[in-house]
Amino acid sequence: MPQEEDELIRKRQRERSRMLAILLGLFVVLMFAITIAKLGINR
Amino acid sequence: MTSVPLTRDEQLPADWRDLLALTKPRVMSLVVFTGLCGLLAAPGPVHPVLGFTAVLCIALGAGAAGALNQWYEADLDAKMKRTAKRPLPAGRMSRQTALHFGVGLAVFSVILMDLAANHLAAAVLAISILFYVLVYTVWLKRRTAQNIVIGGAAGAFPPLIGWAAVTGDVTALPILLFAIIFLWTPPHFWALSLFVRTDYANAGVPMLPVVAGVQSTRRQILLYTLPMIAAAVAPWALGLTGWVYGISSAILSAIFLVLSFAVFANKATEPKSMGPEKKLFAFSIVYLFGLFAALVVDRWLV
Repeated sequence: MPQEEDELIRKRQRERSRMLAILLGLFVVLMFAITIAKLGINR
Repeated sequence: MTSVPLTRDEQLPADWRDLLALTKPRVMSLVVFTGLCGLLAAPGPVHPVLGFTAVLCIALGAGAAGALNQWYEADLDAKMKRTAKRPLPAGRMSRQTALHFGVGLAVFSVILMDLAANHLAAAVLAISILFYVLVYTVWLKRRTAQNIVIGGAAGAFPPLIGWAAVTGDVTALPILLFAIIFLWTPPHFWALSLFVRTDYANAGVPMLPVVAGVQSTRRQILLYTLPMIAAAVAPWALGLTGWVYGISSAILSAIFLVLSFAVFANKATEPKSMGPEKKLFAFSIVYLFGLFAALVVDRWLV
C-alpha cells in the first residue's frame, strides 16, 4: 500500500475516533442529566 | 443484488463529515423546528433536559431516515445533478457503511426517546422512520406520481412526536399540525419538481410534472393549497389557539394562495422562466416556519 494512502487511512481513523470520543462523552453527560431529571420528576 | 468491487475511496474509512451529510442536515432543520414547536405547544410542563432529549431524538430519527433513504437511492442520486455529489453517488463511502449508520442511528434514537420521554413518542418516532424509509423511499417513490402526497406523512410526524413526548397522548391540535404538514408537502415539493423536472425525468422518478405535465402539476398545486389553508386556520377556528396564531395563519395563507395563483397562471415550460415556482418553493418554507413559530408565540406569550 502506498505510504500516502496509509497516511490518509490513519488520518481518517484518528478523526473518526476523536469524533466518537466526543459523542460518547456527550452521551454520558446526557444520560446522567436524564437520570437526574427523571429522579426529580419521580420524587 | 450483484456485488460491485469497491472503489479506492469506498474502501477507506468514511469521513465523519460524509456521515453527517448522510443525515441531510438542511432537511433536518425543518423537522427539528416543527418537532420543537409541537413540544412547546403541548400543555403541561416538560423538564428542559427531557425536552431537549426528545428534540434530539427527533433530529437523530430524521437523520437516520435520511441516511437510509440515501442508502437505498444511491443509484437515483447518481443520475440527478442536485444529488450527484452526495457521499454515496460520489463514491466517498461504501453502501454498507451507510446502511449500518442509518440502522444504528434509528434504533438508538427510538430507544433514547423511550427512555427520556414515553412509549407513545418512541412508537410514533419508529413509525415515522419506517414510513419514510419503507413506504415512501422503497415502495412509492419509484412507482407512482402520488409518492409525495402519501410520503408527505413521514415529514408530518415531528410535531406529533414532540407533543406526545410532553403529554403522553395525541389530541386534536397535534393531529391538525400533522394535517398542515401533510397537505403542505405536495405544493412545496411540486413547486420544486417543476423547475428540476428534467433531473427527475432523467433519473426515471415518476414525479407529477414528469408523468402528468407542468400545467396539470400547477393545477394540483393550487388545488392542494386550498385544503392546506383550511387545515392551517382550523386550530384557530376550532378555538384551539389564540388570535396571534389566527392572524398569522390567515396572512401567511393569503400570501401562499396568491403565489399559488401566480404559479397556476404561469405557462412557462423552461426552468429559467419559472420565477413564480421558485418564489412559491422559497415561501413555502417560510410559511411552515411562520405558522409553527406563531403557534409557540400564541401558547407562551399571549
